[in-house]
Amino acid sequence: MTKREITYLEAVREAMSQEMRQNEDVFILGEDIGVYGGAFGVTRGMIEEFGPERVRNTPISEAAISGAAVGAALTGMRPILELQFSDFITIAMDQMVNQAAKTRYMFGGKGKVPMVLRTPSGSGTGAAAQHSQSLEAWMAHIPGLKVVQPSTAYDVKGLLKAAMDDDNPVVFYEHKLLYKTSDQVPEEQYSIPLGKADIKREGTDVTLVATALMVHKALEAAAELEKEGISVEVIDPRTIVPLDEEAIINSVKKTGRLIVAHEAVKRGGIGGEIASMIAESEAFDYLDAPIKRLGGLAVPIPYNPTLEKAATPQVPDIIAAVKETVQNK
Amino acid sequence: MVTKLSLPTSITDEKLKDLYKEMWLIRYFDEKVDQFFAKGLIHGTTHLCVGQEASAAGSIAVLEPKDKIVSTHRGHGHCISKEGDVNKMMAELFGRETGYCKGKGGSMHIADVEKGNLGANGIVGGGIPLAVGAALTSKMKKEQYVVLCFFGDGASNEGSFHEAVNLAAIWDLPVVFICENNQYGMSGPVKDMTRVEHIADRAAAYGIPGKIVDGCDMVEIMNEVDEAVQYARAGKGPTLIEMKTYRWKGHSKSDAKKYRTREEENEWRAKDGIKRFKETLLEAGVLTEDEAKVLQEQAKQEIEEAVQFAEASPEPSIDTLEEDVYA
Ligand SMILES: Cc1ncc(C[n+]2csc(CCOP(=O)(O)OP(=O)(O)O)c2C)c(N)n1
Ligand SMILES: [Mg+2]
Repeated sequence: MTKREITYLEAVREAMSQEMRQNEDVFILGEDIGVYGGAFGVTRGMIEEFGPERVRNTPISEAAISGAAVGAALTGMRPILELQFSDFITIAMDQMVNQAAKTRYMFGGKGKVPMVLRTPSGSGTGAAAQHSQSLEAWMAHIPGLKVVQPSTAYDVKGLLKAAMDDDNPVVFYEHKLLYKTSDQVPEEQYSIPLGKADIKREGTDVTLVATALMVHKALEAAAELEKEGISVEVIDPRTIVPLDEEAIINSVKKTGRLIVAHEAVKRGGIGGEIASMIAESEAFDYLDAPIKRLGGLAVPIPYNPTLEKAATPQVPDIIAAVKETVQNK
Repeated sequence: MVTKLSLPTSITDEKLKDLYKEMWLIRYFDEKVDQFFAKGLIHGTTHLCVGQEASAAGSIAVLEPKDKIVSTHRGHGHCISKEGDVNKMMAELFGRETGYCKGKGGSMHIADVEKGNLGANGIVGGGIPLAVGAALTSKMKKEQYVVLCFFGDGASNEGSFHEAVNLAAIWDLPVVFICENNQYGMSGPVKDMTRVEHIADRAAAYGIPGKIVDGCDMVEIMNEVDEAVQYARAGKGPTLIEMKTYRWKGHSKSDAKKYRTREEENEWRAKDGIKRFKETLLEAGVLTEDEAKVLQEQAKQEIEEAVQFAEASPEPSIDTLEEDVYA
């Protein structure tokens, strides 16, 4: 496959465009996705190529557009819904949770809802409390939804292809601060299966499971720690539903230590789920230290840049946590 | 020949002069903020109301101090008009401890609860049901205050708008819904996003009065909003008022404005509410050219002072990070 360096944002757009060129049923709907190109510029140029029928600029009506996506999916289309900020999922919640997630099961296995809800999440842009949240654990709690959190341009393209091919509603989180990051990405379409973790860095002393932007912070921390002789294995689950439990269990059996890091508020975050999963697994017997969770403080994201940074785990926090965990090596 | 202005009785000549200055305060505030964002001196985002000064200043002018407002993401003007303190506003944009939200909210969350400003809002349509709740308090506690609820044309397509207006209507609540129709959401033109010609036409669906107002005409705004406020205060229920207006700048910080033409922008700039208000006041003999100049200059000066205040203010202490999550 021919690869070239493109950004995460371009990879999202390319994945959608390639799919739309070959599958008439795929279309995108959302607010300001036409000439404006979307709040973050992801769909820029798409209305010019695909026209306003397939790149549907909608009113500011999250309940209606999410529900319309569910209804269209149920009847033969394969919609991609762009929600301008993931915080606004609160308004789309009824349609996603009470409708999209449950329809097939409630109908006794009849019908399916092949839709992707793509949405930018996370803090770090100074957009404050209502535009900076990481609410993925809410979605992960709902049977019937799949939840994806890609961390690189390569992953985002392959995972989006898999999400579009999936016959279930998929909530696809794009981290705002990752849009401009770049990577070697194949020109052709390819699929990364949902439910397959990626070992972003191999190591032997501690397993560090990190999601989305936190993957990059974990890698930075791991590079620093290597200088001090501490070998960190960084695992990116890539999808939190389904979760690649096996990959995490195997890694913990190897290292005997586990740290989970995410930007979402620690209380009720996916880190608790991963920690419990390990505690219940065969890997428990291999643990040489208590499991540690790093997550956001239980505060709304503040505006002031210093406070904003302090609200979520940063590289020094990860380094400190690893050192504490490997202390009794 | 002096033309006598026909205005609500609460609007004295002194008040008219204050309003003229207030409009310049709003404009200079947002022009300043625009410059700071362009230079990257402030982080986050902001939404400027340059061109929309009249709908804020004129609507709020007819309120009594006990009355309340609910604002939007484009809310600097509303805050200034509800006796907001430009020092605290600027400090908030700088993320300082002395800001309205102690540096935790930024542009989209400025509120001045003591003055009856229940806050800007980052969620489009998020404030509309809140306004209805505030009006419910007024009714249940017999506090006699009226709530002015601002929102945009785009917000009128949110379910929250429809649900909230209906609720206010059936309970005859003292709220006035003011839709600042600046012709666009972020980029979506109002004419493509609704099939009614006027947002005010939607009032019929809830059985309440609807009015269309020239959002750049201070005199018309004050008269129409006053009538709706009196109606609400008398216990007759809500009114939906649509202000036809225009934002001169891009949606947030800045944007390429690909969704509209430069000709259209120029047409609307010619309707400048500040310029028109000045002409009206000069014609009516309320204001002289010299006085107008002084008021404008004072407004400019106050914004410069606000910047100095913000710059000199301390950053919030890291210890405040976990404060105020719960009461
Ligand atoms: C629920 C929700 N959806 C989308 C947005 C993103 N957004 C912020 S302002 C805006 C446009 C709002 O348009 P309008 O109500 O007309 O107000 P205006 O910006 O024109 O003043 C959009 C789409 C948001 N903040 N909240
Ligand atoms: Mg608007």
